[in-house]
Amino acid sequence: MSLSATDITVKLGSRAVLQGVSMAAQAGRVTAIIGPNGSGKTTLMRALTAELRPASGRVTLNGTDMAALRPDLLAQRRAVLPQHSVLSFPFTAAEIIRIGLTSCMEAAAVGDAIIASALARVGLPDYAGRLYQEMSGGEQQRVQLARALVQVWHPIGPDGPRWLLLDEPVSSLDIAHQLAVMRLARDYARRGGGVIAVMHDLNLTAMFADHLLLMQAGRALAEGPPDEVLTDALLTCAYDCPLRTSCAPSQGAWLLPQGAA
Amino acid sequence: MVAMDMPRLAGDRRRRGQMLAVLLGLAVLVVAVLSMGHGASGVSAVGVLSDWLAGREIARADRIIVLDIRLPRLLTGLLVGASLAVAGAVMQGLFRNPLADPGLLGVSAGAGFGAIAAIVLGGMLPAAIAALTGWYLVPLAAFLCGWITMLALYAIATRQGRTSIATMLLAGIAIAAMVGAASGLIVYYANDAQLRDLTFWSMGSLAGSSWIKLAAAGPVMALSLIAAPCLARALNGLALGEAAAAHVGIRVERAKTAAMLTTAGAVGAAVAVSGGIGFVGIVVPHLLRLICGPDHRWLLVNSALLGARVLVLADMVSRTAIAPAELPIGIITAIMGGPFFTWVLLSNRKMLDG
Repeated sequence: MSLSATDITVKLGSRAVLQGVSMAAQAGRVTAIIGPNGSGKTTLMRALTAELRPASGRVTLNGTDMAALRPDLLAQRRAVLPQHSVLSFPFTAAEIIRIGLTSCMEAAAVGDAIIASALARVGLPDYAGRLYQEMSGGEQQRVQLARALVQVWHPIGPDGPRWLLLDEPVSSLDIAHQLAVMRLARDYARRGGGVIAVMHDLNLTAMFADHLLLMQAGRALAEGPPDEVLTDALLTCAYDCPLRTSCAPSQGAWLLPQGAA
Repeated sequence: MVAMDMPRLAGDRRRRGQMLAVLLGLAVLVVAVLSMGHGASGVSAVGVLSDWLAGREIARADRIIVLDIRLPRLLTGLLVGASLAVAGAVMQGLFRNPLADPGLLGVSAGAGFGAIAAIVLGGMLPAAIAALTGWYLVPLAAFLCGWITMLALYAIATRQGRTSIATMLLAGIAIAAMVGAASGLIVYYANDAQLRDLTFWSMGSLAGSSWIKLAAAGPVMALSLIAAPCLARALNGLALGEAAAAHVGIRVERAKTAAMLTTAGAVGAAVAVSGGIGFVGIVVPHLLRLICGPDHRWLLVNSALLGARVLVLADMVSRTAIAPAELPIGIITAIMGGPFFTWVLLSNRKMLDG
C-alpha cells in the first residue's frame, strides 16, 4: 500500500512549481522529503494532502485516486500537520485535539482517553486544560501533532494503512523533542501506518527516514534509501554547497559542511 | 463503566456548555412568562390563559391584548434575539474573528435596504404579484440583499482563506455607507404613509409585531436557527484555518456557503420585522466564549438562548422605561452594547495592531 504521485505538475498561478514529479511512499516506512528552500517540498506535500490539485498527473492513496475521495473519507485515511497554525479563538489543547477526532470515533466513550494519551505521546500530559494562545511555539506545534495523530489514531484502518503527513514537524522544537517527535513518527510507521515528512535537518533525516526524496527546483533529483540519496555528490548538487557525509560511531550519517569543524 | 473510573479530561468545557444551555433555557422560560404578564394595560396573562384553557368567557379586550399583542410580540422578540445572536456567532466563526457582527459589517444595512426597497417599491408592483407575495416580500427582499452583502463582504475581506481584520471592518464601513446611500435614495420616493412606517421600523422596535409579520418572517428565522447548529463542526474546523479544516474532512466551500446563507436568513428576517437592533450579535457570543469556550457545538445553541433572553428583557425595559411611551429597543441594545464592543476591541488590540 502506498501514497504515490505519478508525474505530477503543480502550478501556482502561471508558474509550474512542480514539474513531472513522481514518488512512492510505502506504508510501514518513514518517507522524508528533503531539498533546499524553494525546491517545492511544501508544494509537493500540499499535492499529497489533496489541498492542491495537480495540473497533470495523479496522486493515489492506497491505490485510489485522491481526487475521487470525499473529504470526510479522506480525513479518515490521512491526517496533516501544517507548518504554521494560527488560531482565532481561545481553545484549550483538549478542544483542539477533539477537532481531529472523526465523528464516528467521537461517539464512543474512548474519545477522552485517546485525547489524553495523544497528549502524553507528544510529551504534554498535563496540558489538556491549557489555552493554546498561552503556549510556546514548540508546545503549539506538538498540540497540533496530537490533533493530527488522533485523526488517524489506529495506523491500520478498515481500508488499509493510514497516513500521517507532516510538514516540518520539528521546526520549532528543541533537540530532545525533535528526537521524541521523530521516534513517534517512526513508531507509527512500525505499527503499519505510513509517514511522510518534509525535513530540513539532514542529520535527523538520516537517523529516522527509511526512504528519501531529494527535491531540487521543482523536480525530484533522487529517490531511494538513505545511503543512496545522502551522498556527497547528490547533496552538493541539490543544495549548491559543498557537503561531505561521514558516519557517526553508532548509527546513521552525520553531515558537516566541507571545511567546517 | 469506563467513563466512571476515568478522570474527566481537563480543558473539556462541553459539560459547562451543556449545563449553561439548561440554565439559559430555564431563564428564557422565566423571562417569557414575565414578559407575557407585563404591559401597559395591566392585564394578567395567567388569568386570561387559564380562563381560556378552562373555556371560560374572556373579555374581548383582554383576549386581544394577551393573544394578539403580547404573544406575537414575545415570539418575535425570542426569534429575533436568537437570530441576531446566532448570526453574530456564525459570522465570527466564518471570518475567524471575534469582532465580526452583522450590524457592524453592513449586513444588517444590506438587509435593511432590501426591506426599505420592498416597503416603498413594493407598492409599484403589479397588483397580482403584490397580492401573491404579500408580507413575505419584505423578509424575502431583506434576506436576498443581506446575502448579497455577505457575499460582497466576504469577497472583499478574505484572500486565500485569510481575513484581515482591518480590511474586514473597513469593508463593512464602505458597504454600510453605499447601502445607506441607496436606502436614502429610495426613501425619497416614499409617500407619507410609507415614511411613517419606515421611521418606526428603522429605530428598531418590536412594537409593530403581529401574527401576520411573524408568519412571514418567523419561518425564515426558525430555519436559520435550525441550520446553525449543523455548522458547528465546520466552524470548529475553520478555526484552525481553511486548509486544516479541509484536512479534517470538512467541505470548506460548502460550509462557507451554508454559513453565509444562514447568516443572511437570520439577519434578513430579523431586520425585516424589527429594524436596526444592534450589538446582540457581538455581545452574546463573546460573553458565552468567556464562560464555556469557543467550541461551536454549545456556543451556537447557547447564543440562541441567551440572545432570545436578552432581547425579550430589553423589550420589557423598552416598554416600561418611559411608559406609557415606548423607548425603541435599538437604543437600549446600543446603550449596553456600545461600551461592551469598545471593551472587546481594546482586549483584542494586540491582534488589531499586529
